[in-house]
Amino acid sequence: MDGSVLNAILVMSSIGVGAAIILFFVAQKFKVIEDPKIDLVDEALPGANCGGCGYAGCRAFAEGMVKAETMDGFFCPVGGNDLMKSLAPLLGVEAVEKKPQIAVLRCNGSIKNSIPKFDYDGDSTCSFTTNLSAGVGGCQYGCLGGGECVDACDFDAMYMDPETNLPVVKINCVACNACVEACPRDILELRDRGPKEKRIFVSCINEEKGPLAKANCTVACIGCKACVKACKFDAIDFDNFLAYIKYDVCTLCRKCVEVCPTDAIHELNFKPRKPKADKPKVAKPKVEKSAADKPKEEKEESKTEEKVADNKEKSEKTASDVKVESTNNDKN
Amino acid sequence: MKLLTVSGSPHIHGGLSVEKVMWLVVAAMAPAMLASFYFFGMGAIKVTLAAVLSAVLFEYLITKFIMKQKSQLGDGSAVITGILLAFNVPSTLPIWMIVLGSLMAIGVAKMSFGGLGKNPFNPAIVGRVFLLISFPVQMTSYPIIEKVFPMQDAISGATPLGIVKEGLKKGDSVSSLMDQIPSFTDMFLGMNGGSMGEVSAFLLLLGGLFLIFKKIITWHIPVSFLASILIFSGIFWLINPEVYVNPLFHLVTGGVMLGAFFMATDMVTSPMTGKGQLIFGAGIGILTIIIRVWGAYPEGVSFAILLMNAVVPHLNNAFKPKRFGKEMKNV
Amino acid sequence: MGLLTFNIGGIHPPENKLSAGMAIKNIEIPKQVVIPMNQNLGAPSQPIVKRGDMVKVGQLIAEAKGFIAAKIHSPVSGKVFKIEPRIDSTGFRKESIIINVEGDEWAEGIDSSDTLIKDITLDAFQITEKIKECGIVGLGGATFPSHVKYIVPEGKNPEYLIINAVECEPYLTSDHQLMMEKGEEIIVGIRIMMKALGAKKTIIGIENNKTDAIAHLSKLAEQDSNIEVKALKVQYPQGGEKQLIDALLGRQIQSGKLPLTVGCVVNNVGTTFAIYEAIQKNKPLFERIVTVTGYPVQNPSNYRVRIGIPIANLLQEANCDMDATGKVINGGPMMGKSIPSIDASVTKGTSGVLAIRNEESKRHEVKNCIRCGKCTTVCPMGLEPHLLSIIARMGENEKCEQELIMDCIECGSCVYTCPSSRPLLDNIRLGKSNVSFMIRQRSVK
Repeated sequence: MDGSVLNAILVMSSIGVGAAIILFFVAQKFKVIEDPKIDLVDEALPGANCGGCGYAGCRAFAEGMVKAETMDGFFCPVGGNDLMKSLAPLLGVEAVEKKPQIAVLRCNGSIKNSIPKFDYDGDSTCSFTTNLSAGVGGCQYGCLGGGECVDACDFDAMYMDPETNLPVVKINCVACNACVEACPRDILELRDRGPKEKRIFVSCINEEKGPLAKANCTVACIGCKACVKACKFDAIDFDNFLAYIKYDVCTLCRKCVEVCPTDAIHELNFKPRKPKADKPKVAKPKVEKSAADKPKEEKEESKTEEKVADNKEKSEKTASDVKVESTNNDKN
Repeated sequence: MKLLTVSGSPHIHGGLSVEKVMWLVVAAMAPAMLASFYFFGMGAIKVTLAAVLSAVLFEYLITKFIMKQKSQLGDGSAVITGILLAFNVPSTLPIWMIVLGSLMAIGVAKMSFGGLGKNPFNPAIVGRVFLLISFPVQMTSYPIIEKVFPMQDAISGATPLGIVKEGLKKGDSVSSLMDQIPSFTDMFLGMNGGSMGEVSAFLLLLGGLFLIFKKIITWHIPVSFLASILIFSGIFWLINPEVYVNPLFHLVTGGVMLGAFFMATDMVTSPMTGKGQLIFGAGIGILTIIIRVWGAYPEGVSFAILLMNAVVPHLNNAFKPKRFGKEMKNV
Repeated sequence: MGLLTFNIGGIHPPENKLSAGMAIKNIEIPKQVVIPMNQNLGAPSQPIVKRGDMVKVGQLIAEAKGFIAAKIHSPVSGKVFKIEPRIDSTGFRKESIIINVEGDEWAEGIDSSDTLIKDITLDAFQITEKIKECGIVGLGGATFPSHVKYIVPEGKNPEYLIINAVECEPYLTSDHQLMMEKGEEIIVGIRIMMKALGAKKTIIGIENNKTDAIAHLSKLAEQDSNIEVKALKVQYPQGGEKQLIDALLGRQIQSGKLPLTVGCVVNNVGTTFAIYEAIQKNKPLFERIVTVTGYPVQNPSNYRVRIGIPIANLLQEANCDMDATGKVINGGPMMGKSIPSIDASVTKGTSGVLAIRNEESKRHEVKNCIRCGKCTTVCPMGLEPHLLSIIARMGENEKCEQELIMDCIECGSCVYTCPSSRPLLDNIRLGKSNVSFMIRQRSVK
């Protein structure tokens, strides 16, 4: 063998050995002593680093939880209750249970319901258009359709429906809160998923007076208070001409859904009502349902008239001072 | 009812578009291109056509099948890359080589970074350098121009730069070498051997001035580039005119004019501010002379531009435009 | 030596002054006017009338609330029909007073005649108070309440009063026509303002495309040694406060500072005329000159318009072909806002109503940035729009602040010149709102 090759090998290996020795001592000297629990917790976490827990990532969450020595106030929305339960023995504390949540879009101002009043041309980022104008439909509370929430979603749990120009939350939402923070108009909200994914919510956040809200969007909450009066459980807050159903109080009795003159209250994943509808309704597949408004509209359309009639009686009996704008509802 | 359009201000546009920029550059290169057809004959036409067509084809295929985007061919940037690449090779180059070069230019130097506007290096120069390193023999044997012989293949020989370089290596004096090459006026007008686009410094200068007049490029890069070549090689020449060549020789030979007006000024790969452009141009000039005087290659413009392209992001950071109100006067 | 202009950047869009030389006409008052409460920069005004109240022309109907705020006076006489949110020129619903017009009865004490009154009887303090009383705001478009400019802080000495008669926006001619018709009043207005400020010298800056106005005002200002008219090179955005001071005096205001730091107070010529009317005629600001123009408009003209009149009426009066119109702009084409509905009313800030043809109303297709640096070259503030656009989009607010995004005057020169038609200003506005939010958060802490 050539001497130079041998030399090269010798030199390289001696450099290698030398570096290894230095590294060994340095590693010893600067070793950081960490609670081994952090590693265990970190490993058990999903590792999505979504920030849904309020920490900068899964590692930070694990560190925080281990240091605090309690699970109170710590919750990983991605792993949910199962994960938190499995973490409890690692830390030697009780797991705090939380009801599983899902992001809910509180706007139904689709192209059909809230007819475009002008033609927007330009950068469609929501946080820009929200300052530029009220929104194509004219509602200054409603969804702008720019899809910033969809961009914010790390879990592929949202998409834009091209037909309605509204985002749709899929069932695999982990309630990480990213979309809620991304929305400049605070339309999205985290709500309890409810038993068997059954949810009732007001799909509108318009705080304008009835006629004004109605002028822009046929399915807006007009602040008629019919639902507040129908609710026996005090589960509906009413403020600024807007009803809000408290998900932790609501018993899912569906009374409010029946009385809403504009169909602003949405019910999801309930069995179809027994006698009322003319046509038999197809049971919808659960997975697709979360906030899809289109099939719902069709479903509701058939019984609108009945409901309106219902409504008039009730409102006349209960509150004569509340104007129910049911006549306009025909266009719906 | 008809809906009104709403958008953010401003509501009028100056009318300048990428297409317009690119086709104006093509127009500015046209005289030099026609001159190359005239001087080098059929070979030049073949090579130019092959370069342009293959560049366009590669861009189309890559946008369509790999990037799956809408084709941006209409902007004409692929045509420019093709013409520039053809300008940078001898007319005797085999067609398959030029096709390979444009694959390198479009596929590797441009599209792999994301297409127009995102490439750090000038695609045509990357293509040329690739060919130069891979096929040095074919790339450096240039046809010699005799006065008039349209439409027939030329005889190959060395460029004036090559002659001088070889001669100086052997130890010949500059004055003896000057007799072997055409006069400066001939070289300026295009009567010298070389790559297709390097021949007529005069027509390139004309095209460049047209671009400056049309405000497509600014004067900064060409002026600082040419001035730094003059000054830097002038210093050497003053020290010893027997070993170092006349600065005017540097100016009119090789790819200096082509580089100064068409390649270094490529918007994508040059700095944005005037100051940055001055430094950029000066850097290219100095590097060119360094390569020509001490380097292994007779010609250095393309390497110089590539090296300076790499510095552009730093130049953009270092030379910000003059901010309003930075220097307050008389208060 | 060439004409004066500002030192950094600038563009020269086609001037298109279609309505130049058209005499100012009055516009008929419709049956109902809608007066939005947020007509000025700063806090919106507070209505002080109720439904059913009778009001007269010039009567105070909304109080200023806060320091940077302005009062609003009724532009018509009649009965208050309603107070409710109505769509305004931004497309948002804003609290508005709706008045059903009955006759044209003016409030007492307002001199509605055209006689020129030259003697200034009020002292400086009274002038400032009067400007505040009359609800005068900057009529150049920014609608900054004018009295605020005249409250000079201790230790500051306004050396120059600068009258902005540049009208650098293409199409608009209202200031030009006002200067031609009301030149003497404007000179009196200038004297009033100089008295209020204690300024030593006034410079009127006029772009060189209005040579008749330059000659007219120079002649009128001949006997006043401290009023000077300066012709400026036609260059956009010369009407920007900072650019105008730079052009006239060569002084550049530092980032984030006010014109007073370089000893200047800048006022629009429209405002000057409004101040003249307020002080000498006791007339509050309830009408203004509006240019109605654009290629779909058959008779481009300048109108004297009471605020609250729907923009639709103006377009109809000027004979605008709405089928050919794709976009209606409140203001000029560079900085004006496109309005979603022509039912919106004219406000104090409406300097022009511009109809744009269908084919020009859409933006061009957005291409990749080719890093040509043209946006940087034309930016009058010496910023780098291409860079700001990217980092604003990425949400790097600290970086945006370092790169002086808040200095952007939103003149739109970058977008005008961009060969790739990139939405640079859209992104910069997004960044500006994010950065100003960040700065506010910081001051809270």
